Amino acid sequence: MENSTVDLSAIERVEAARTAHLTAGAKPAKVLARDVNVYYGDKHALKAVNVEIPDRGVMAFIGPSGCGKSTFLRCINRMNDTIASCRVTGKITIDDQDIYDRSLDVVQLRARVGMVFQKPNPFPKSIYENVAYGPRIHGLTANKAEMDDVVQSSLEKAALWNEVKDRLQDSGTGLSGGQQQRLCIARAIAVNPDIILMDEPCSALDPIATAKVETLIDELRSNFCIIIVTHSMQQAARVSQRTAFFHLGTLVEEDSTKTIFSNPKDQRTQDYITGRFG
Amino acid sequence: MTDATSTLPTQLPPARRRAIPPDVAAARVRRRYASERTFKALGIGALALTALFLVMLLTSIIVKSLPAFSEHRAVMSVLVDAAVVDPDGKRNADTLRSADYASLTRAAITTVIPGIEGRSARKALTGLLSSGAADDLRALVIADPSIIGTTIKTPMLFSDDVDLYLKGDTGRYTTAAGVAELTPSDVKGDITLTAADQSFAALIAELEREGISADAEAGAHVLDGRIPSRVVYVNGGAVKVVKATANTLTGPVLLPLSSVSPAKTGSWNLTTYAQPESRRRISDQEIVFIDKIKSAGAIERGFNWRFFTSGDSREPELAGIRGALIGTALTLFVTLILCLPIGVLAAIYLEEFAPKNWLTDIIEVNINNLAAVPSIVFGLLGLAVFLNYFNLPRSAPLVGGLVLALLVLPTIIISARAAIKAVPPSIREAAIGLGASQQQAVFHHVLPLAMPGIMTGTIIGMAHALGETAPLLMIGMVAFIVDVPTNISDAATVLPVQIYLWSDLPEAAFQQRTAAAIVVLLGFLFAMNGAAIWLRNKFERRW
Repeated sequence: MENSTVDLSAIERVEAARTAHLTAGAKPAKVLARDVNVYYGDKHALKAVNVEIPDRGVMAFIGPSGCGKSTFLRCINRMNDTIASCRVTGKITIDDQDIYDRSLDVVQLRARVGMVFQKPNPFPKSIYENVAYGPRIHGLTANKAEMDDVVQSSLEKAALWNEVKDRLQDSGTGLSGGQQQRLCIARAIAVNPDIILMDEPCSALDPIATAKVETLIDELRSNFCIIIVTHSMQQAARVSQRTAFFHLGTLVEEDSTKTIFSNPKDQRTQDYITGRFG
Repeated sequence: MTDATSTLPTQLPPARRRAIPPDVAAARVRRRYASERTFKALGIGALALTALFLVMLLTSIIVKSLPAFSEHRAVMSVLVDAAVVDPDGKRNADTLRSADYASLTRAAITTVIPGIEGRSARKALTGLLSSGAADDLRALVIADPSIIGTTIKTPMLFSDDVDLYLKGDTGRYTTAAGVAELTPSDVKGDITLTAADQSFAALIAELEREGISADAEAGAHVLDGRIPSRVVYVNGGAVKVVKATANTLTGPVLLPLSSVSPAKTGSWNLTTYAQPESRRRISDQEIVFIDKIKSAGAIERGFNWRFFTSGDSREPELAGIRGALIGTALTLFVTLILCLPIGVLAAIYLEEFAPKNWLTDIIEVNINNLAAVPSIVFGLLGLAVFLNYFNLPRSAPLVGGLVLALLVLPTIIISARAAIKAVPPSIREAAIGLGASQQQAVFHHVLPLAMPGIMTGTIIGMAHALGETAPLLMIGMVAFIVDVPTNISDAATVLPVQIYLWSDLPEAAFQQRTAAAIVVLLGFLFAMNGAAIWLRNKFERRW
């Protein structure tokens, strides 16, 4: 695989939009990680990661399997809390608030940081219930009419409304894989988060479904801070404005996607994107 | 990855060191096929053997139980005598209840076969009816006092021995038509039947073959209860043969004759009942009475509803499984409401919330161990703790349910944990990722998905409890209890214990009822397991 297969035109297309946004606002980082270490029991899975993730836009984490990119992603909404042997040190802030602070309610955090998983995992309930579940547990709507609105707008944002509007009461598991993944995105959007984490959202999908999800991500980036873990460098190039390369538990390099793919500073990044390993 | 592939080794793997000759290879293949065939044959054999035993067992039980599901009744006209039932005419419930209904049923059956004299004969006749016949009549009268003073036609239950005689082959007989003119000496009492000389030579020869030789003192062959009984039916009556000579037969009249006029050749017969009287529970006298009632068309056979509507009894024909069924239902109810919530909550805690440390490990190991503890141990525990320490009522479904709950709890916890574990973690992650708390994730998503599995495990556990006997023996549920229990602290018994109790009784009718109760128990077990399978198939999800 030559590096020419990486779609640089896409990068250039989106880069203009990104830089415009950066120069206009120059806002502080949405997510800030300082010296983050993660241990699974004795295993040191993530070593001293420092990164700044800007608001609005798509940040891609790339790297070979087991490099710690998913681990880092799961630190941002504290999903690692559910793993008993997992220990996190360092500091991660979202909007200058330490998310590992004792006073912080993890449920509130996860309402602000939505997550989409590798394998589409809709609840085995109706499409409507799938989307309505988050708003319901967080008490975001006052009545049925409001809930209907939330469900509809979420499904519209996830570009799924037209496909499912006539069968909202059908089971979410009866949809196709791509539709299921977009349902999961709608479900995450429904609680109106600031950040959406996506852990290889297209790895279980066929190319057409992948294209739809990528288009969707591109549409969502104007409203959300999206962090996506992907194995596919083409995908990272297509959808992201900034890319971070992880290797063996360390964050090797983080820069604009264009720079990473065209002019990486680190030899390891160069080797990875040119297919020398991984 | 062009660079990477170029560095791949280009050498082929080394050639196989030793070539296998074709004949050896062929032999190997043959051996492999042969061993596969052997294994398949063994498997089929094992299955066939199991199936054979199962079919034999079921057939034997079902065949044995069938007679218990029907009963014989005498349809008779009963005069509900106001003087007996309600002497003061006030229709007082207590008076009605305590009246002597047995005298009415006795009177009714003596009208079917009139003219029976002698205390033992009358007793044999009235003894054909079950003591339950009077109770049935009482129930009829109390339900509808307007029948007092009238004659009603109602079926009356026969005793178990009569019932068995009518169902079975104890009454197997052969009949030989009379070969000469026969003259009875009287119509009742002990009489002599006289015929031409050598008329009974064939009978005498038969008796000789059966080991009866001429008794010098009596001057005749004397028949006793150890050989097949002979009864002569003549002039509308019956005479039992006790002494036989070549031309006379002597014996008591079992059924009065209509006259002493000589009976013509062929108008009378000599009936031989193959089973000797001493080897059956019913006498010649009773057989003659039953046959007479039968020939009058007054016997009906019907479904034995009483088996399902009455409690236990010392009289097999009155014994039913209602008490045991209600007792079982109450016991299982107590078991279910205890072990379903406790078991499911314990499983949820252990699976979803408990920290993984040495304490939870010990608890987990011990739950698995408890599932293997012999059930009688739980019975002893129940006896020591629930009865002796807490002084809970003996023989009560409450205690039975407690003990069975202890027995079933490990099964339910284990199956519930398996069901919870089978829910894919992605569902849990999805809920937690949306901001659901651990508890919300479990109760909103994991538990509903695990429920079919939990229900299946619970039903199987309940089926296990349903068939359990040993622990209940220890807490006194083995008592003879006639009353149908109405609440969980009444003395009660359960179906398997009822089976155990009946199987110990000598009456043949109880043996049939044992089999019938087993059939009912198996029916419940099949139904419960069927429900479990149905639930599993209906709610099974593929991920």
